[in-house]
Amino acid sequence: MGLRKNVREAMLEAVPSLRAFAISLCGNVDRADDLVQEALLRAWANMGSFQPGTNMSAWLFTILRNLFRSEYRKRRREVEDVDGSYAESLTSLPEQTSRLEIVEFRNALKLLPSEQRESLILVGASGFSYEEAAQICGCAVGTIKSRVNRARSRLAEILSIDSASDFGPDRETRAVANSDIVRGDRS
Amino acid sequence: MNTDKPAPRIRTMYAQKSEKNHVVKLGPDIKAKIGMQLRLMYGEVVDQGVPERFVEMLRRLDDPNCEGR
Repeated sequence: MGLRKNVREAMLEAVPSLRAFAISLCGNVDRADDLVQEALLRAWANMGSFQPGTNMSAWLFTILRNLFRSEYRKRRREVEDVDGSYAESLTSLPEQTSRLEIVEFRNALKLLPSEQRESLILVGASGFSYEEAAQICGCAVGTIKSRVNRARSRLAEILSIDSASDFGPDRETRAVANSDIVRGDRS
Repeated sequence: MNTDKPAPRIRTMYAQKSEKNHVVKLGPDIKAKIGMQLRLMYGEVVDQGVPERFVEMLRRLDDPNCEGR
């Protein structure tokens, strides 16, 4: 009984971060919320497989990621919604510029291979250690590290960040130009 | 044939960087900038808190009268 209550509370606490991760995976709020719900139900049904004392948040992220992966394989042909429904769903943000920057940043993230994107988000935004991220993604710690490094370099290229102050008005134009170059180079 | 150094197609410093290698050594300020953007983007969703549908769903999970869903 106590465990069930704890698990429920941990789930509730993890929801905001799970949603943020899910949105970054599928780029669509409605799908992300369905994914989170499905992950929570699955976690609840498989509570026995959770090892007490380990990180419950990492466990929930692992379930969500696995669900997304298996579902994604099924729906591969669907076009992801990058800035459509997600951007529209956000009505207010204090500063217009930061709103724009976030949209731009989100679009830049979409240009990364999915493994790099998820690694960067888990480490750089969800607050997981490299070890936890490796556990969530089912790979070696070194793999996560190299994915995060590659993700950062490509983002810097795409967004043309050359220094912290380099956020000029024509950044968007350069970002578009550079993203074409980057993709061309990868051929 | 030596293809190590292709002639730069674009003259901007950004493009030259991307010609070399994808894993460019980044300074701490760039990492910090990317980190900040990441957290802003993520925080935008986290700040929305827990939508009602999840509160409701989790409450029902704990209700002994309706196990499962």
